Amino acid sequence: MFKNLTVGRALVYAALLLMAIYYLLPLYVMLTTSFKSLDDIREGNMLALPQLWQGGAWSKAWAEACTGVECNGMQGFFWNSIKMTLPAVAISTLLGAVNGYVVSMWRFKGSDALFTMLLVGCFIPFQVVLLPMAQLLGLLGLANTTAGLVLVHVVYGTAFTTLFFRNFYITVPDELVKAARIDGAGFWTIFLRILLPISGPIFVVCIIWQFTQIWNDFLFGVVFAAGESQPITVALNNLVNTSTGVKEYNVDMAAAIIAALPTLFVYMVAGRYFVRGLTAGAVKG
Amino acid sequence: MSGSSSQGSLHALADRWLPKLVLSPTLAASLIFVYGFIAWTGWLSFTESRLMPRYEWAGFVQYQALFENERWWTTAANLGIFGGLFILFCLLVGLLMAVLLDQKIRAEGALRTVYLYPMALSFVVTGTAWKWMLNPDMGLQKVVVDLGFTDFTFDWLVNPDMAIYTVVIAGVWQSSGFVMALFLAGLRGIDDSIIKAAQVDGASLPTIYRRILIPSLRPVFFSVLLILSHIAIKSFDLVMALTGGGPGNSSDVPAIFMYQFAFTRGQLGVGAASAMMMLITIVAVLVPLMYMETRSAKRV
Repeated sequence: MFKNLTVGRALVYAALLLMAIYYLLPLYVMLTTSFKSLDDIREGNMLALPQLWQGGAWSKAWAEACTGVECNGMQGFFWNSIKMTLPAVAISTLLGAVNGYVVSMWRFKGSDALFTMLLVGCFIPFQVVLLPMAQLLGLLGLANTTAGLVLVHVVYGTAFTTLFFRNFYITVPDELVKAARIDGAGFWTIFLRILLPISGPIFVVCIIWQFTQIWNDFLFGVVFAAGESQPITVALNNLVNTSTGVKEYNVDMAAAIIAALPTLFVYMVAGRYFVRGLTAGAVKG
Repeated sequence: MSGSSSQGSLHALADRWLPKLVLSPTLAASLIFVYGFIAWTGWLSFTESRLMPRYEWAGFVQYQALFENERWWTTAANLGIFGGLFILFCLLVGLLMAVLLDQKIRAEGALRTVYLYPMALSFVVTGTAWKWMLNPDMGLQKVVVDLGFTDFTFDWLVNPDMAIYTVVIAGVWQSSGFVMALFLAGLRGIDDSIIKAAQVDGASLPTIYRRILIPSLRPVFFSVLLILSHIAIKSFDLVMALTGGGPGNSSDVPAIFMYQFAFTRGQLGVGAASAMMMLITIVAVLVPLMYMETRSAKRV
């Protein structure tokens, strides 16, 4: 058998290790480049360690780098992204929780059809709603604001969060709810007293999923929020792709890592839930 | 007694309309922001809207303009190349890694963490990282040249014929770990007794995988295909950050075309028409896949 074939085992490990290097290489190159001086980058080898570790590119990326006309680094946009992500995640998750509760535990005539109707929102290419949304945000005075982006992310995120909670609550035995109803517990009592206490894991999965999606979003950010209120992904793209003066690769890499840090951190801390969210999301596609 | 029973009927009444009330804001939002907006975009695609939206019916002029636009066909061809290769390599790499990781590997948890972390990154970050790795002057090309292979060139990023393939490289790097995770979950879900029975019959491990395990992954295979084609058709940020659609329009994709015509070139009608074409493409790809997925799921 394979198990006793030591050459085979060695080959398996070698292949897996090789793949690990492939996945880690860009992160390694980003990190080392961000600590190099420009001369070091130009003269040295991309895979070499910095000759002298310097943090200058990091402070420049945070506070001074030019993202278009403005040259205040990534800091303002980092906060924009936080101000956008936190409320959007909170609202869409709570909405998803009560929606999922209804479509799993309080099914009424036509509720399955309505749920399917909601799910379509997970599949559409968002290009097909961009133009009307831009018009509407303009009408509401929300164009180029963080509040506008929060609205957009809540509207298009709730289909996913509803699906998450519905798939979780559907595994809860019906008897639990039926017994509580016979005891006279109403809609909210059952939700707050019986389902919320056991919903911890699905909240974590849903929050991580939404956080990653919304923090990493680029399309809505670039279309609905230009300039001052743009999220960090848009600022990063502007920083990297504006070609004024000398290209500072070390600053680009530091800025990219800054933009990636929050989601990477979440992944490191709660990777298990992150994977569960991905596979749960996969059921829907 | 009567007090408590009337309270009970009040409860029952509340329980009848509360679920509908709770669901209604989301349903209304879906009706407006998904269905209404699709109709709105569809309507715009049949008008002469340019810089400003106009709402007089104009027939198929925008679609005609779209189909006569060479750049649109470049984006369609690129989507075919990128989508096909991206899906193919993600499936191959993901399945291979899942099978290898399934061999009772010692550091499985750590390896899985490494394979999956790109999924936590924004496509803009991935694009930025690979743009630097593939930089012809200072990136991987130079690394190989420094090793002594002085004739080595790897300039795909700035080569109009090859730029779209750099998007495949970066896309596979980002998404293949995810495919691995799905396949691995599928493999772990297969009943052990099937494998044991095959082993008793003297089947070798590769045969067990080829004949029994991988075929029983059919439903997973369809959901992976569904997700990957969805990612491919919508891909926008990765291309923007990596090549910006260039050099020239050589690595342009439909999502960038739509964005530029609708929001930077003041051609709302063409933008709306291209958005509708993207929607039709997604429906044309996803609906048969979903159908096959539910069918294969039922059979297993």
